[in-house]
Amino acid sequence: MTLRPDLAIIAANVASGARVLDIGCGDGALMAELRDRKQVDARGIEIDPLNVSLAVARGLSVIQGDADTDLSYYPDDTFDYAILSQTLQTTRAPDRVLHELLRIGRRAFVSFPNFAYWRVRWSLLWSGHMPVTAALPVSWYETENIHQLTINDFRTFVADHGVVVENAWFLSGGSARRIGPANANWRAEHAVFLLRR
Amino acid sequence: MTNDQRFGLARSITLPGPLRLDGGAQLGPIDIAYETYGTLNADRSNAILICHALTGDQFVASTHPRTGKPGWWPRMVAAGKPIDPERHFIICANVLGGCMGSTGPGSADPINGLPYAMHFPVITIRDMVRAQAMLLDHLQIATLAAVVGGSMGGMQVLEWAATYPARVRSAVAIATAARHSAQNIAFHEVGRQAIMADPNWRNGNYYADNAMPSAGLAVARMAAHITYLSEAGLTEKFGRRLQARDAVSFGFDADFQVESYLRHQGISFVDRFDANSYLYITRAMDYFDLAEEHGGRLANAFVGSDTRFCLISFDSDWLYPTSESREIVHALNAAGAAVSFVELSSPFGHDAFLLDVPEMNRVVDGFLRAGL
Repeated sequence: MTLRPDLAIIAANVASGARVLDIGCGDGALMAELRDRKQVDARGIEIDPLNVSLAVARGLSVIQGDADTDLSYYPDDTFDYAILSQTLQTTRAPDRVLHELLRIGRRAFVSFPNFAYWRVRWSLLWSGHMPVTAALPVSWYETENIHQLTINDFRTFVADHGVVVENAWFLSGGSARRIGPANANWRAEHAVFLLRR
Repeated sequence: MTNDQRFGLARSITLPGPLRLDGGAQLGPIDIAYETYGTLNADRSNAILICHALTGDQFVASTHPRTGKPGWWPRMVAAGKPIDPERHFIICANVLGGCMGSTGPGSADPINGLPYAMHFPVITIRDMVRAQAMLLDHLQIATLAAVVGGSMGGMQVLEWAATYPARVRSAVAIATAARHSAQNIAFHEVGRQAIMADPNWRNGNYYADNAMPSAGLAVARMAAHITYLSEAGLTEKFGRRLQARDAVSFGFDADFQVESYLRHQGISFVDRFDANSYLYITRAMDYFDLAEEHGGRLANAFVGSDTRFCLISFDSDWLYPTSESREIVHALNAAGAAVSFVELSSPFGHDAFLLDVPEMNRVVDGFLRAGL
């Protein structure tokens, strides 16, 4: 199975045998990969009931829930990693979610689409409309992305919250080609950060 | 193994007991009526216990001896279904306090040979589970691949996992709660008062008479049956349609289809259920509060548990709403237990767990297969 590029990076960088919470786990593709390849004890939260039933049918422990409301029920340090892929920008309170990630997990992977990617900028500048791109495929009124952010926004955000960036990966559109950190804010379509307290 | 008289349809065993009940009384000997389906494998690892709901019984997958109707959970327990006698060894027992062969208020009190009636001790969900554990000891089944149940069956599932964690590898609790809410207790009290208000009830001493408290039990069933459905489901099924007439009668016949349906539910119920059993089992449900049994914190019931849990709720179930399942899920998360949970969409209210919900089957099937 081919994982989405940001998930492949996360899968490659989770330690074997770790305890992981995947928030917004979808149909459990990453969790299944981690379980099968790295003997990870993976748990998931997913908002869509169809995805939950698909994940449970794969034998995964997944609960239907919401990153905004359900993280508070986990004790401190429950997991080695909390994973939030392509979900931060959909939460009502991203700062609270970030705090919860690093309370229940010793480390956190966060991936998101970069709103400062040059095609997004170009689209907005040229057309004057909210961008619709491969990474942001639907119109402003349909999108779940209620808190759009850029890579630089995220860097400031984690610095302001005293969070340590342990590693970061920046991906160009379509392929899994890596972009260097200096040009990432305008050249990368996706970002993956590994954070710790 | 196939000739073992302990296994098969319409089995019954008398266990000497005594069973020490939560209420303090000792009960024994205890009859347990049960059925098994499928074949226990060589390492005795494929046993699944099904726990029935308030008015259910052990006939989960075979014809009911009194009604002649097929088993009560054909969509879940059958060849090709998530719980499959081709693969699993399936056990279903009539609960303690029941009226289909297990010891209950209609059974003979060994002291005088007369029916216990209201001398039967008040029992709890945990007492029911302890009696089931005694049955499993008799069947020499140390651990269960899974315990599965909906509604009151789900309460027994949770109680199994809390009381005998080492004996339960997987637990499937559907449309249930870890405690009975004020609203749940209130509806049960309406049913009990209807039974007790029936002049034939006579403080429970009706067994020798030809007159049973049928009217009271039927009303109890009618009131309860409403709580198993949903407003949308009732509207879709009946609306305000009239029963075999073109206009209202300006009387108190069952003018409306929904009235006729409820009366039928009430009348057919009394043919297969004992009024005193209804009192005792509803009481056991009302007393159920798993957190209270564990120092007031539900998570304590599951600390250190290696049991895998699967919880399912239905969006139109207002008797055991999703919020009740979520509380259990949060407690399991806090205890670090492996838990899956999904709220499924169905118009059928609480009864959805007994009906055709393909998503439920997919979830239960995947969950059980991953645990075997």
